[in-house]
Amino acid sequence: MPRYRSFRDLDWPLLIISLVISMLGVLQIYSATHGDTRWHNAWWKQIIFIVVGLGLMWLTTSVDYHTLLGQVPILYSLSIVGLVATVAVGKMVFHGRRWISIPFLGVNFQISEFVKLVIILMVARYLSELKSDEVSLRDLFRLGGLVALPVALVYFQPDLGTAITCLSVLVAGVLLAGLRWQYLAAIALVVALALPAGWYMIQPYQRARLVTFLDPSLDQLGAGYQVIQSKIAIGAGGIWGAGLTKGTQTQLRFLPAAHNDLIFSGFAEEHGFVGVVVALGLYFLLLMQIVQNAQTAPDRAGMYICMGVAALLLCHLLVNVGMVAGEMPLTGIPLPLMSAGGSITMSVFVMLGLVNNVRLRRFSS
Amino acid sequence: MDPETQQSKHSPPSRLYRDDTRFALGRIAVFQYLAVGVFLFLVGGYWVLQIRDQKFNAEMAERNSIKTVPLPAPRGKILDRDGRIIVDNHSSFECYISRDALKPEHIPDIAAGLGMTPEEVRVPLQRADARKVPRRFPVLIKQELTPAELAFVESHKDQDTFPELQLVSSQARLYPQSGLAAHVIGYVGEVSDQELNTTEFAKYSQGDKVGKEGLERQYNDVLMGTNGQRRVVVDSRGTEHGDPVDNKDFVPGNNLQLTLDLDLQSVAELAMEGRKGAVVALDPRNGEVLAMVSRPAFDPNLFTRRISRSDWKELTENPDNPLMNRAIQAQFAPGSTFKPIVSMAGLESGTLDPSTLVHCPGSATFYGHTFKCDEIHGTVDLHHAIVHSCDVYFFTVGNRMGIDRIAEYAQLAGIGKRTGIDLPNEKDGLMPSPKWKLRVQREKWYAGETISVAIGQGAVEVTPIQLASALGGLVSGGAWYKPHLVKGAHIDAPRRADWSPENVATVVSGMCGVVNEGGTGASAAIPGLEICGKTGTAQRISNDLAKANKALAAAMKDNGWFVGFAPRENPEIVVAALWEGGGKGAFSAPIVRDVIKAYFDKKARAGKPGASQLSFFAQPAH
Repeated sequence: MPRYRSFRDLDWPLLIISLVISMLGVLQIYSATHGDTRWHNAWWKQIIFIVVGLGLMWLTTSVDYHTLLGQVPILYSLSIVGLVATVAVGKMVFHGRRWISIPFLGVNFQISEFVKLVIILMVARYLSELKSDEVSLRDLFRLGGLVALPVALVYFQPDLGTAITCLSVLVAGVLLAGLRWQYLAAIALVVALALPAGWYMIQPYQRARLVTFLDPSLDQLGAGYQVIQSKIAIGAGGIWGAGLTKGTQTQLRFLPAAHNDLIFSGFAEEHGFVGVVVALGLYFLLLMQIVQNAQTAPDRAGMYICMGVAALLLCHLLVNVGMVAGEMPLTGIPLPLMSAGGSITMSVFVMLGLVNNVRLRRFSS
Repeated sequence: MDPETQQSKHSPPSRLYRDDTRFALGRIAVFQYLAVGVFLFLVGGYWVLQIRDQKFNAEMAERNSIKTVPLPAPRGKILDRDGRIIVDNHSSFECYISRDALKPEHIPDIAAGLGMTPEEVRVPLQRADARKVPRRFPVLIKQELTPAELAFVESHKDQDTFPELQLVSSQARLYPQSGLAAHVIGYVGEVSDQELNTTEFAKYSQGDKVGKEGLERQYNDVLMGTNGQRRVVVDSRGTEHGDPVDNKDFVPGNNLQLTLDLDLQSVAELAMEGRKGAVVALDPRNGEVLAMVSRPAFDPNLFTRRISRSDWKELTENPDNPLMNRAIQAQFAPGSTFKPIVSMAGLESGTLDPSTLVHCPGSATFYGHTFKCDEIHGTVDLHHAIVHSCDVYFFTVGNRMGIDRIAEYAQLAGIGKRTGIDLPNEKDGLMPSPKWKLRVQREKWYAGETISVAIGQGAVEVTPIQLASALGGLVSGGAWYKPHLVKGAHIDAPRRADWSPENVATVVSGMCGVVNEGGTGASAAIPGLEICGKTGTAQRISNDLAKANKALAAAMKDNGWFVGFAPRENPEIVVAALWEGGGKGAFSAPIVRDVIKAYFDKKARAGKPGASQLSFFAQPAH
């Protein structure tokens, strides 16, 4: 019976909300780049990415997610190969190798965005196969190890932000699957002890960013510059904002990467606190819509997929929206659905496709 | 592809995927609360920035994007009496530092780029802080940038390198070459801290260029305009965008037209080339200064940028003191140029009449002291005494008159007090009298001193401007106009003496003889022009000392004075020339002759249409 494969059964609120946010993003990309010689057509490229993303989303719904879960070992292997290739032959941008050129297409692709999807599926499959309603220590370590390998590769690109978002999928999944509080306490203890060690393990620029996060005025023109300018931009917006293409911080390029990682501070400058509340409200509705799909999922695997997507998006939001306001350290991750970028936009639509996939199959069994 | 077959093909075995999802509903609810918390946390952060700290952040954004650019007002030009430009401006660039954006660790690199020491960059910044100049006002660091410095500032003032740097185009002073009229014009320089604390300069601000000497200082308020400022929107690269937010244009300074005549000035400059001394040319009919030269001169252009230490040392340590305006500041005994004044005193007071005869045997003894004359003149009357500058004649009549009478008339003519010319730091000169001696030296006046004063020696001291004014007024029948340099200024009523025209004519006739009857100033004569004048050879050390110390005598050679005027009736020009160490007054006479000749040549040319003019600057620029 094909009834679960009709347009009518798609999650229309989810789709509409995501498209509204995407349009806000396109407008903001236009505003931030319309006067720029190099990026001035980023906004219509973004529209293309959104359209392609919608196509990928539809494709994603067409294959039963159980089938996708069955392919996890292959997908996982592919992602590891891709990450290794990225480290080996990837394109250097700023401080990291995060991009890989796809032959013949002439486009750069961020493997780590694909890895996010794989991790969501892998965690969902692993946890749904558990026999008990509790995660044993053995399973915790096995799953942790499976996630840690790609995350470590992402981390060493280096891309701390993406690594953290990937970990959020694992954390959310394990907590949902059930973890004894003793284990939780033990992990908390280990993390607390590992933090000082981690200080020496992270890259110097990341360390500088952490220091800057704690006190941006320490380094006004270096790492602190972005945070200071971003906070100024947000604050200058006030309640109503300067208006689209009217924010001086964005337009006069005091805000670096205003169409990219820092898109939300440009948005805040031009649309004010009201705009921020509206945008965050839309994101919140989006998340709740995804969570609702998790609650109505036909099985645990579907639930884990939806919650994985929700956790990942929440983490993304927290890190990006928080970082531009100086509430989080600067980690350089884009804002899903708003930031200009093909890989992230397409991967988010594929995630929404996974959620729809689960939704479409809720009456199947 | 048929979805049904696909579905059946991939139908999952239920044992693999557990379908019981209820167990996690509670934890999903926890996730929802967590999400609410995250959103509240984020919204809170934006509330702080956008509502609570909105004002602060808006101000920071404005500071980022709005730059205050100073618009320095150009100073007024200085023109000669015919409107020819003497002092002009030229475009130059200045480097400013904005303290808002300053990072102290940039200073050494900036200093290196500007060819300065880090200390030289810090000082003006510290001064601005000390004077509590608002931080949004940029501070002037260097003027008159060289092309290399200009390139440095231009290429480093972007947001990523040295955002504190600002480039401002301005108009810098351009003075004539080779020190032409340097002392009259003076120069400008950045107002110093000491000056800012004085009442004269208190109204200016740090970095302002103000007149330091000469007319630049005297008429600073006229010449200096009002600076403007522009507030412009700049991006992170420092590039300006759109129209200025706020534009307060500068008000340029007013031009200043002088009474100086560049033609006469240059003739006088050339005549004094290589000599030490001064020339002043006045129009005795109104007090207009036609030329004023002081030599040695300096190059005022050295002062338009900050003068280098070595240049400054050279100027200040030069024993000839090139910075001194000898025309108004050199005080020397007038020597025999004083005799016309003594003659007027004698004639007017009745102690002397044109027929008074005195026998000159080459020397005369008064009060037990022998005073020498230059030659043996024999028996001379007043006319011949002036023509041949017979000292014995004036010893005798001076002694008869007494010091009080000489002083009275000399002071009436303006000897011993400032003329009040519109230049700073004019010197007084000195007309001695018993009262003066008692007051200053607490000593009685000796009758013997009167003998020296009668021939313009002793304690009498005049400046060239004073002497030119005194004799100019005398030969005009006793009307002294205040000498002035600015054309069109209000002319005060002259100081007048109620002298008989016959007496004036007697003295003038003597002075005419000096030049035209084979007198001491014969070298000033020009055929067809009745130049009159009086020489003066003034000792700088006493005869006794000169005998005792030959070396000093050689170093302190007599000053040569000549004061000439023309025409004989209603003189139009009076010229005083001082040649320090010239040896003889007669040697100064040709200097005066040249200037007077230039004056009448020009007058003759002006009568003819299409006459070409001698000028340094082809045409007035505007």
